[in-house]
Amino acid sequence: MLCIFCPHCGEYREEEEFSARGQAHIKRPEDPEACSDEEWGNYMFFRKNPKGLHHELWVHSAGCGKFFNMTRDTVSYEIKETYKIGEQPSVVAAEK
Amino acid sequence: MTQPNRVQDAGRINRSRPLTFTFNGRTFQGYEGDTVASALLANGIDIVGRSFKYARPRGIVAAGAEEPNAVLQLGASEAAQIPNVRATQQELYNGLECASTNGWPTVEFDVMAYLGKIGGGMMPPGFYNKTFMSPQSLWPTYEKYIRKAAGLGRASKQKDPDTYDHLNQHCDVLVVGGGAAGLAAALAAGEAGARVILADEQAEFGGALLHSNDWINEKPASNWVAETVARLRTMDNVQLLPYSTVNGYHDHNFLTIHQRQTDHLGETAPQGLTRQRLHRVRAGWVVLATGAHERPLVYANNDVPGCMIASAVSTYIRRYGVVPGNRLVVATTNDYAYQTAIDWANTGRQVVAVVDSRPDPDGELVAAAEKAGIRVIKGSVVYDVQGSKRVKSVSVARLSTTELSLAGSETTLDCDTVATSGGWSPVVHLSCHTGSRPVWDDDVIGFVPGPANQKQLLAGGIQGHYSIAECLAEGFSAGAQAATNAGFDKPTDLTVPKVHEPSVGKAMPLFYVPHKQPMTRAPKQFVDYQNDVTAASIDVATREGFEAIEHVKRYTALGFGTDQGKLGNINGMAITAQAVNKTIPETGTTVFRPNYTPVTFGAIAGRNARELFVPERYTAMHQWHVDNGAKFEDVGEWKRPWYYPKAGESMQDSLNREVLAVRNGVGMLDASTLGKIDIQGKDAREFLGRIYTNAWAKLAVGKCRYGLMCGEDGMVFDDGVTSCLGENHFLMTTTTGGAAHVLEWLELYHQTEWPELEVFFTSVTDHWATMTIGGPDSRKLLAELCDDIDLDKDAFKFMDWRQGTVAGVPARVFRISFTGELSYEINVQANFGMHVWKKLMEHGAKYGITPYGTETMHILRAEKGFIIVGQDTDSTLHPYDLGMGWAVAQQKPFSFVGKRGMSREDPTKANRKQLVGLLTKDPQKVLPEGAQAVADPKQAIPMTMLGHVTSSYYSATLGRSIAMGTIRGGLDRMGETVYYPMLDGSVVEAEICSPVFYDPKGDRQNV
Amino acid sequence: MSEAAETQSEIFAQMDQVPAAGSDVIAESPLSNFHWKTTGAEAGVTLSEQGLAGHLVLRSAGNSSFEAAVEKVLGMSLPGPLQSVSDDSGRVIRWTSPDEWLLTVSNSDAFSVEQQLRAEASGHYSIVNVSGGQTILMLSGDSAEMVLMKTCHYDTHESSFPVGKVVRTTFAKSGALIRRVGESEWELIIRRSFSDYLALWLQDAAGEYGLQII
Ligand SMILES: [Zn+2]
Repeated sequence: MLCIFCPHCGEYREEEEFSARGQAHIKRPEDPEACSDEEWGNYMFFRKNPKGLHHELWVHSAGCGKFFNMTRDTVSYEIKETYKIGEQPSVVAAEK
Repeated sequence: MTQPNRVQDAGRINRSRPLTFTFNGRTFQGYEGDTVASALLANGIDIVGRSFKYARPRGIVAAGAEEPNAVLQLGASEAAQIPNVRATQQELYNGLECASTNGWPTVEFDVMAYLGKIGGGMMPPGFYNKTFMSPQSLWPTYEKYIRKAAGLGRASKQKDPDTYDHLNQHCDVLVVGGGAAGLAAALAAGEAGARVILADEQAEFGGALLHSNDWINEKPASNWVAETVARLRTMDNVQLLPYSTVNGYHDHNFLTIHQRQTDHLGETAPQGLTRQRLHRVRAGWVVLATGAHERPLVYANNDVPGCMIASAVSTYIRRYGVVPGNRLVVATTNDYAYQTAIDWANTGRQVVAVVDSRPDPDGELVAAAEKAGIRVIKGSVVYDVQGSKRVKSVSVARLSTTELSLAGSETTLDCDTVATSGGWSPVVHLSCHTGSRPVWDDDVIGFVPGPANQKQLLAGGIQGHYSIAECLAEGFSAGAQAATNAGFDKPTDLTVPKVHEPSVGKAMPLFYVPHKQPMTRAPKQFVDYQNDVTAASIDVATREGFEAIEHVKRYTALGFGTDQGKLGNINGMAITAQAVNKTIPETGTTVFRPNYTPVTFGAIAGRNARELFVPERYTAMHQWHVDNGAKFEDVGEWKRPWYYPKAGESMQDSLNREVLAVRNGVGMLDASTLGKIDIQGKDAREFLGRIYTNAWAKLAVGKCRYGLMCGEDGMVFDDGVTSCLGENHFLMTTTTGGAAHVLEWLELYHQTEWPELEVFFTSVTDHWATMTIGGPDSRKLLAELCDDIDLDKDAFKFMDWRQGTVAGVPARVFRISFTGELSYEINVQANFGMHVWKKLMEHGAKYGITPYGTETMHILRAEKGFIIVGQDTDSTLHPYDLGMGWAVAQQKPFSFVGKRGMSREDPTKANRKQLVGLLTKDPQKVLPEGAQAVADPKQAIPMTMLGHVTSSYYSATLGRSIAMGTIRGGLDRMGETVYYPMLDGSVVEAEICSPVFYDPKGDRQNV
Repeated sequence: MSEAAETQSEIFAQMDQVPAAGSDVIAESPLSNFHWKTTGAEAGVTLSEQGLAGHLVLRSAGNSSFEAAVEKVLGMSLPGPLQSVSDDSGRVIRWTSPDEWLLTVSNSDAFSVEQQLRAEASGHYSIVNVSGGQTILMLSGDSAEMVLMKTCHYDTHESSFPVGKVVRTTFAKSGALIRRVGESEWELIIRRSFSDYLALWLQDAAGEYGLQII
């Protein structure tokens, strides 16, 4: 049961109030018609599943209703940071 | 009634309050303050159950949560039955009835014991894996047999009369364990000003101090406990939770505590109290002061009743005034068990000897025992036990000083009780729950918690520090530190009290006691009592190649019982290490998972049971539906009227009547559950164009339009009518089940993709009560109750909406239709919904107005070929598959959600499953929904399946059955015949047709 | 009606949703068909439904014109995160999201307040009447906080939930907007469709402390 800091409400809330919505920073292609089937398929279906740091999209569904991003360690479940849509993470995995 | 093992004047029991209880049908007496275990021992009960595999008689071994054998079935009445109650943790109450869980047909004579004896190797390690693996079909039979034989307890067959609940708690410091360390920690944290919760599994706080012989601040230790608890009780910021086991340590310092509020009163608990409560605690910092469990030694026949853990024997004597035998032999590797010998001798009963594996023990307790005249046999071990239903004697021999073997000088000592101590195992379970692997400590001779993964501190026995002075000092320090870490550092005047306790000499690491015979030939040497895992079976497992400790555990079932290996795990690891020639740290350890002790389903469910299990959502007209005999259908959490049977009607009768009423007169549906979203902003129209497949740019104020919503893959996931309320103002409707998802979908795109669009979405689902009147008489009915809307067919057209007043209530009326009839959806603020509904019923009586439910709605829309998303679609169908290409505006400038997806290779290839109408050759035959279509019913199985039936009804309007379903390439196969093989071997023949079965030109809704 | 308002009414549909004064229309609050089981005098928990109020959802993302309109029309500023403001007449504005507030007024005032706000404000905002969709429950008594602890996960301790604070959170298996109005008095705003379920839940949770309805 995670304890999550909502960057919009400005305080920690219980996980029950939130919903996880998959990998963060998946941008809808600007010109979908210009995408090949493969590019569109990657946009729709292909997601990372890292062991360690992961950037995820969450929504404070039972609270303020706002989406935000989270950097979370998928091993320890430690939440490194939460940040608003449009912002970039400050904690990132080391380049391999 | 005499209690032969009760000691005069000792213990914390209340002798003025005798209690009567029954065990296996026999009546006994105990006292207030007893546990079931102490009362059974007081009455001289040796056998409390039979073992799992070998059905050997078993007695009480321990005095706490680690007890493996005394696991009982509790409850006088059927409804009160509770399985797997640990006798060592169940307080006695008057009238308590309990019985052995294991043992069939009786504990005294157990048929399985004979099987166990005859079989010998009948259940070798890996027995279940090997024997019961196949055939799988026989598993239910095996399971029944195993359960009956092993006696895992049984739940009541009746409804549980008790109530349970959850309490969500928050604190700065949670202290787990109310012994010396925990009390000190709670006091320090509380005095520093932190919000503190102190939880202990027992009725009384104090742990081992409650029966300690040692002194704190010049007074008996129990006095310090009483003073400390009293002080904690006066503090508003401290919550004391007795009877409360911290069972799980989850992420981010979230812990679950299982509190048994009335179990100690059993069936005598007052009505209305919550029996058990699950505290769900979010803690700032956690202090684990969980102490340690004494470890038994592993020797031959160490499960014969009378073999106990040394500290448990002391606990029974000093806390409960029960001495569980007459002649005691103590077998130990350390100083602590000498106290047991001294306690026993103090009761006036005989201590035969203390057998110490160490050649030169030199602690103060050793000296005290010798001074008291107790015989001490040094450098020796108890390696075997004689007796079957009770210990008769033990075999003692010298232990080699150079290797793990016996070195002669055997003697036999007559006795009826063996108290052993192999040292102490810190209770590291909760720390393990956080994912921290315990680490071996040679000084402790046990595993201690690994590095903390969470905001957690340790104090006392869990670190392998067992002196009271250390426990108190560490408790004060950890409590203060936890409070400081949580932001509370009010200065306190606390000082660590002075403690008088004997100094303790060095212990010897010994787990497995060698026998004259090799391990595999020696009499059974039990490691895990509850699962009947022996040293030899671990040895066999390693020889079969299961060398990793996790494999050994699974192969032998070591630690798999309801006691979770609290006594056996470390010994099992030591024996595994020995077998594979490694050290214990090299072998490693298994970890513990939640829960620490079993939790009832009641506590897990809390108050989410019975009528509160799932929320029931009602519309504003719900009470009318109830009062008028509606049968309800669950749609998501909503209770929707399904149909309204009249006396004597079958369901089909009702449906036929309701359908014909709408087609020929007027019917009314409560449509309030449809999702409704208010959309405002100058970019609302643009947003709709991006999210729906069709065009919205030109929809005028006062007009409504049907739209399809697709995912990025191009597949339909919701539909509904959206109306233009103002130039920048729309009301979207969604499916009943899709309302929350659609709102989040809109927000997702707005917040993450197109934040520059000026638009706001607000759910108004619950705000509007929606009633649909449909049928040729609906205009006449509406006209009676509405005089401020021009209802003329040319003034208020199909797919228009108007604002006006209906039955005196301001309303928005939408001329839309899901039935194909002339139809109006009347929306009023839900507070007035019931009023308007009743007025419509009242005025509609002369037209025979008929309320209809969801089933009739489904039939009526199917007659028109209108889809229901989620029934006729399953997220593999795009608009063209549904024959709804007319609802896709490919020419829109913005590449709307779904456009690119539906133009991929797969969605555009030929022979996709497409939605079509189906007419059975036999018009009275109604196809079952879900039936699979084939082209050739004589094809050998597996047949080539073409699609399935999605909707199927008997249509009273048409006097025949109708259906919709998917068929590969179906839209180009009109008139072809497909076959539906049924379970009974018959085949239903149907013709592919347009799904619009009735009024294909739509004349009726345009009148 | 001013010229600006006329334009507004074409851009945004506005509607007085309350029947004319003196009409025979019967209004039913969400809990009007719920039959409470109470336990009488020794009640540790008191519940009362303040039904049929006017509820307006206000939306604005930093639109100063709208903020000014609120101040002018209501005499109160839009409160910051998790805060609420109220006036002597009982009107309350509660923060519910960075761009969303819930305003409650009497149901008969809801339309005129909306009109006045729309007349004053320009730019991007929204006002939505949700009066039929929710109801207000006042929860009070010595054991009120225990009932909340059984029902929601939010920390109700005064250090975390002082008087005046507003929290929208999970509430049993539904949700609620909770405002602390006194040391042992709480305002719960719940959805109409869940209100029977939540009433049943609260009645059950309060059972062991004694429940009275006023
Ligand atoms: Zn939030």
